[in-house]
Parts: sequence; structure tokens; C-alpha cells
Amino acid sequence: MDIQTLTFILVGLSFALYMGIAVWARAGSTQEFYIAGGHIPPFANGMATAADWMSAASFISMAGLISFMGYDGGVYLMGWTGGYVLLAMCLAPYLRKFGKFTVPDFIGDRYYSQTARTVAVICAVFISFTYVAGQMRGVGVVFSRFLEVEISTGVLIGMAIVFFYAVLGGMKGITYTQVAQYCVMVFAYIVPAVFISIMMTGNPIPQFGFGSDLVGTDVSLLDKLDGLSTELGFTAYTDGSKSMIDVFFITAALMVGTAGLPHVIVRFFTVPKVSDARKSAAWALMFIAIIYTTAPAIAAFARVNMIETINGQDMAGTPYKNAPSWIGNWEKTGLISWDDKNEDGRMFYAHDKDTRNEMTIDRDIMVLANPEIAGLSNWIIALVAAGAVAAALSTSAGLLLVISTSISHDLLKRNLMPQIKDKEELIYARLAAAVAICIAGYLGVNPPGFVAQVVAFAFGLAAASFFPAIILGIFYKRMNSQGAIAGMLTGIVFTASYIVYFKFLNPAANIPENWLFSISPEGIGTLGMLLNFAVAIVVYKFTTPAPQHIQDMVEEIRYPQGAGKASHH
Amino acid sequence: MAFQSKADQQAYWRANLSLMLKLLAIWFLVSFGFGILLVEQLNQIQFFGFKLGFWFSQQGAIYSFLALILVYINRMSALDKKYNVEEEG
Repeated sequence: MDIQTLTFILVGLSFALYMGIAVWARAGSTQEFYIAGGHIPPFANGMATAADWMSAASFISMAGLISFMGYDGGVYLMGWTGGYVLLAMCLAPYLRKFGKFTVPDFIGDRYYSQTARTVAVICAVFISFTYVAGQMRGVGVVFSRFLEVEISTGVLIGMAIVFFYAVLGGMKGITYTQVAQYCVMVFAYIVPAVFISIMMTGNPIPQFGFGSDLVGTDVSLLDKLDGLSTELGFTAYTDGSKSMIDVFFITAALMVGTAGLPHVIVRFFTVPKVSDARKSAAWALMFIAIIYTTAPAIAAFARVNMIETINGQDMAGTPYKNAPSWIGNWEKTGLISWDDKNEDGRMFYAHDKDTRNEMTIDRDIMVLANPEIAGLSNWIIALVAAGAVAAALSTSAGLLLVISTSISHDLLKRNLMPQIKDKEELIYARLAAAVAICIAGYLGVNPPGFVAQVVAFAFGLAAASFFPAIILGIFYKRMNSQGAIAGMLTGIVFTASYIVYFKFLNPAANIPENWLFSISPEGIGTLGMLLNFAVAIVVYKFTTPAPQHIQDMVEEIRYPQGAGKASHH
Repeated sequence: MAFQSKADQQAYWRANLSLMLKLLAIWFLVSFGFGILLVEQLNQIQFFGFKLGFWFSQQGAIYSFLALILVYINRMSALDKKYNVEEEG
């Protein structure tokens, strides 16, 4: 069967599965809608967290980025996993014991302030919309390549599916769908990696394979790659080209940002006990690690394969008329292009743009095209498409839930309309989810040009706003509302201005020489976080400490006993 | 039953903080230390076909993170038991 038919079958089957789960797991109360009734076992929650966390960007783009960045790609690997250590030890158990529905709930109650709550709501909604726009692009790319439909049609199909299970099932529906989506994703990610690892190194475990020798030679894969890279004018694969301080700050921003992302934190409210929140973090990281330790292997395999396919074994360039079909397929989507500069009819890929290089290759295609590049069978290619759609849908659903909860619970119930009943709040929650899906769908069909640029925003802002406020709220019981609000505002304003200046106002100036302490906009959230901490503590010193009943509450969240299910009150 | 005394509550919290800080120190060492700051020195060492610094950055740090969380869960549940603050049910 051809790729398109197989893709229709596999993606269609996965959609049917998600719909079935949605009908089975309908939400009947706000508690089920917001936190799945607090009944999710840690193993399932870990799997759902992993799917929630691994977005279209992780699934589609990350291995591609590493493939082009080599050692520097480690910032994503360490940054997007290290945050779980912080979550497990510094946030999740305490927030679970606190026992409310959302992150703004904690900020608002802990700092006894509607202002703090409102600042938190705005941050949560902004971070989530930024992120969801990127997911929709992922759905669009997959649909346009594999199903050969218009990107907008693809986005509409995706939105319809998410609409169905998120509006109907809320957190409960989303959780069980995410468990299924994780299974699809992990299978789709690992299977091609294992096949390629066997083909190239003879070792079936990709994590070991990419440290092994290439089949039939005594040259190791990484040595070969270092050699190819330097020959073609790139820096050696296992060395980086970013400065050490920038690598340090980007890694820290991603770690701390991960620990401050509202759609990740809220998953820890769905388990029955504090000890389950700790266990969930371990399960989540284990499920994430399976994919994240495979990614750098895929990156290295794909890089060697790609260079050898385009430049030929002899590095003389492959004649375009002999090019494998994947090059033509991806040219149609505009993600690969060939410009025969020296008019020899042969493709060539190298670092020096003006002279030798004739190829423009979008990093996003590396994972999607990898099975084709390696010549794997059609059903594996279709499986990867289903996995990529699962990754985009699972994260979108989690983000949309945060947006709808922020509106119906934090803004309406806790702020503007405190008298509404549970059933009415549930209607508002569903309405808010529906509106959020429409906005996200609009952003997917008409992607703002800056989608790729704003990813730094989501992590930077989460790192510079929520993380310090939550940490101080737990570990510094006298911290007061003035300190926390001043800290959050400083962190957000500083981080947002830096990113807006270099990414939108003056992109031409976005070079290392102009950066503050050589920190790129991707890493600036770390500095924003440090400023947030510093300002909060200084302002606190000049104002009165938190009232006694708040300090007593903080004492109480510091040990597990007595945690009921999360609730309104 | 909850804590026997105020002193117990403080001792529990101090033990929790000390465990957390020790584990976070290792967290920092394997990622920011071995994977970033000391990467060039460690890259002189070969480790199962990898340069060691590169391996920490792309593999080792992640395995270490997982181990750290497992140790944390284990120690904390022992601590909860010792001070009688584990959850009902």
C-alpha cells in the first residue's frame, strides 16, 4: 500500500481511539473537568504528563535541531528533562498538598491578593496561547505532507478532534487520551530509531548505537560525523558553536521554565495523594527519557544519512536526476529546496552558503523524513505521521484546558462571579474551552509569522514569573504579597522587553556582541528569574511579613498528611 | 497522627531541606558541571565510544535526573514514616 493510504488508516485509527476514550470519560463536575476528579494513578499520570509535555516541537523538531546543532543541542535534552527534578523536589508535592485547581489559585491564595491572582492568570493564558499556536503549525505540517490536504483542512480536522474530547471530557478525557497518545508517540519514535540503528551500527539499542562503529568499518559514527562536519565547513559535531555562558543560561531557562509551565504543574493536581505527586514526576521523567535519550541518536543517524544521500559516498554530489523520492516529496512542501549554483546537475550540502552549498533544508523535517531517508517501509513512515499528530494534539489539549480553567475558574469563579454554582461554572469552562479552540484553530490556519520566534517567550516567561513566586511561596513562609507581585512584574517586564527588542523591534541587532553578558534571548529567562527573586526579597525586607494564617498554611503544605482531594475551598 | 511536637515538625522540615539540597547539588553537577562547564576536560576521556562530556550532555544527565528523583521518593517516604506524617489510606 502507498504511504498516503497507510497514513489515512493509522491516523484514522488513532482518532477513533481518542474519540472512544472521550465518550467513555465524560466529565460530570468541575472537579472532573479541571483535575479529573483527583483519581488518576501516578503511573497513568506520568504517561499523561509525558504526552502533555512532549509537544509537536519535541516530537518533530527536537531531533532535527540537535542534528543541525550537534553538542549545542544538549541544551534541549538537559533543559527539558532537568526541570522534572525541580518539579519532583521543590514544587509538585507541596502544590498537591495545597490542594487547589490551578497555578493562579495557589498564587492568589498564598499571596492573599486578587492582584497577584490576576497577574498569574494573564501569564498563564499568554504562555499557553503562545505555545498552542506552535502546536497547530505542527499539525498543519504533518497533514500537508502525509495526507496531502490543505494545511487549513488539516488544522480543522485536528481542532474538531480536540474539541470533541476536551470540551466533553475536560481533564478526565484529556488524561486518558494522553495516555493513549503517549503509547502511539513512543512506538512511532522508537521503532524507526531501532531499525536505523541496526542498519547503521548493528546495535538494536539506539542509545548505544550512536556511540558504536559504523557497520563494516572500524570508524565510530560520531568520529565519522565529526570528520564530515569539519570537511563541509561546519564545527565538529561533538563540539558546540555557542558560548559556554549562553549554553548555561539557555539550559537553566528551559529547566526552570519547564518547572513553571502551568499545563505541566496542573497535571500533579490530578493524583490522589502527595506521595503520588512525587511518583508521578518519576514516571513522567522515565517516559520522557525513553524518547529524549533516543532523540540524539536519531539526530546523529539522520545527519550522516542526509549528508551521504545528498553529497554521495564520494562527496562529489548526487546527480539530481538520481535523487531519492523523499527529496521530491519534501520539495513540494517547500521545506527542502535545491539551487544548482554551479550548474553541474548535482546536489551538494555544505556550510559555506555562498560557494559550495546548494541545499536549503528545514530542520523540522528530519524526524518526519528520517524513515524515508533511511529507506524504511511505508507503514513505519505512516506510523511516524500518526505519532506526530498525537504529540501535537496531546499538548494542545493540555494547554487549552489551562486556558479554559484560567477563565472559568480563576477569572469568573474566584474573581468576578464568586456566586456561580458548580454546574454553571462547568458550562463556562466548556464554553471557554470551545472559544480557546477556535482561537487556536485560527492561529493554526493563519499562523502569525513570529510563531517560531515566540517559543522562547513561553519558557522565559514561565521561568521569570511563576517559578520564583511558587518557590518563595513554599520555602519562605514570611514572603508577602508586595514582594511576590513586585518580583513577578520585574521578571516579566525585563524578560519580555529583552525578547521583544531582539526578536521583533530590532532583529538585526540579535547577535552575540549586543547581548547582555552574551546571553541570547532564549536564555534571558534565567536572568529574569534571578531578578524576580532579588526584587521580591528586597521589597519584602521593606514591607510587613505575610499574616500569621498564611504562614500557618505554608507550614501545613510542607508535610503530606491530611491532603484531601483538591477542591474549591 | 501528626507531628508529636513542634520540634519534630522542624526536624522533619530540616531533614527534607537537607536531602533536597544534596540531591540538587548532584543535579547541578551532572548537568551544568559535567555537561557544560567541564565539558572540554571530560571530552578528553573516552566512554563506550562517546566523548564523556558530550555523553553527559546528551545522555548521562538525563539518566542521573531519573536516579535522583527515585532516591528522593525513597528517602522522603522513609522520612514521612519516621515522623508519622504519611498519608492515610
